[in-house]
Amino acid sequence: MALQSLDVRNVSARTSPPPSARTTLEVAKLIDVSRCIGCKACQSACMEWNDLRDEIGVNAGAYTNPPDLSDQSWTLMRFTEEEIDGQLRWLILKEGCLHCAEPGCLKACPAPGAIVQYASGIVDFHEEDCIGCGDCIAGCPFDIPRLSRRDSKVYKCTLCSDRVAVGLEPACVKTCPTMAISFGSKTDMRFAAEERLPDLRERGFAHAAVYDPPGVGGTHVLYVLPHGDRPEAYGLPRDPRLGGVLRLWRSGTARTAGVVTLFSVLVAGILHYMRRGPLEVPPERPGGKEA
Amino acid sequence: MTAPREEVLLRHGNATRVAHWAVAIAFVALFLSGLALFHPFFFWISALFGGGPFLRILHPFAGVALVLVFYPYAAAHLRDNRWLPVDGRWVRNMGAYMRNEHPDVGETHKYNAGQKLMYWSMIPILALLLLTGLLVWQPWIAPHVPAGVRRAAGLLHAVGAFVMFVGIGIHVYAAIWTKGSIDAMIRGTVSGAWARFHHPAWYREMTGREPR
Repeated sequence: MALQSLDVRNVSARTSPPPSARTTLEVAKLIDVSRCIGCKACQSACMEWNDLRDEIGVNAGAYTNPPDLSDQSWTLMRFTEEEIDGQLRWLILKEGCLHCAEPGCLKACPAPGAIVQYASGIVDFHEEDCIGCGDCIAGCPFDIPRLSRRDSKVYKCTLCSDRVAVGLEPACVKTCPTMAISFGSKTDMRFAAEERLPDLRERGFAHAAVYDPPGVGGTHVLYVLPHGDRPEAYGLPRDPRLGGVLRLWRSGTARTAGVVTLFSVLVAGILHYMRRGPLEVPPERPGGKEA
Repeated sequence: MTAPREEVLLRHGNATRVAHWAVAIAFVALFLSGLALFHPFFFWISALFGGGPFLRILHPFAGVALVLVFYPYAAAHLRDNRWLPVDGRWVRNMGAYMRNEHPDVGETHKYNAGQKLMYWSMIPILALLLLTGLLVWQPWIAPHVPAGVRRAAGLLHAVGAFVMFVGIGIHVYAAIWTKGSIDAMIRGTVSGAWARFHHPAWYREMTGREPR
């Protein structure tokens, strides 16, 4: 979703820094899971605003519908049944891109300009530059991007970058009937999230916590989790990280060193030929011996 | 007794030469398309492959084509690439050999130790590249492979490709450096003098005459 009006912080597979003189407000979406009733209005609003229509599937025995994120479903209510402290809990998580401050997808992407991180913190895919390699999916610690079977491009939540660019809140935020989703500056959202915790703890959720994982530099989608000590019960990784393999695989320094080494073989060949000359068969003496 | 000047030996048969150049074309296509994905500095190369998406589609097919030609080709030359005691002597004299000092490297057979080292290094590296490439092949195989495995496969694919192309760079240079070897791979033949000088034991096998 191209949006030139937004200021850019980082671009995939770039050789020089993007224009970054201007500093804009860092935004965040706060999802207060304790207020969510699982009505899926946010799912519908996302479909409406982005003109998406997923396939009509089959009931897989849970409320989660469709069963997974897809190129047509950028957000999803994930329903899980978990036993926590001896009680059966029905957990609902609004799943979607978390817009990491240090996005693994962007780090993994080899296509220049296919993934853009705006100064606002929004991580956006520009599908017109996507080559369909799926490396972003391997790079994502949350397993969010989905490759379309139709056009081999990768899609995910844009945090409604088009709406945010013109001063509107994301469609899911606007539609949420219980105000479980709010939108504002990252600072304000973090503050609002923290403020919610004493209330939840008083109501018996002793481990209520804010989910803003530091392993990816924090995210621009925050969760208030009533069972904050067990994020994996909701389907969220406990400590998401980019990891050493991804960092080494996508290390710009290592790759540049590799290219330089490769071309120094070429240079070494030229120098060797100049200094030592070709390996030729020496003229033979009449006796057949080498001259 | 000196052999006649016009003596000509068949070094590479038709099938070998066709296989060699088929592999070479695939190597060039894979090198250029891989380089475009390896470093953004070279992404412009994708224009030669019909743009980024089409490059991404072509690269794995070229890789599979390479492997399908390379392994039967390598198998056909297995006998000539077995490591022999005489090869140790070439390795010990490699420095002087590369300095063009014509050291006594013993009686090499059809391939010298340098060529054999190249042969034996390409066999595992191509297997590694095939395996890691298959694991990240979109849209068929990669969706069934865990993300952690694909990251590791991506890393190993990049490292393997780097090692392979440094090796291929040396191979190409060695062919340019050793006069007569490119002609041999194009027309298939070498002169008797060339064979006596570079591969005396092979000369003896081919002609039954003494190389010196």
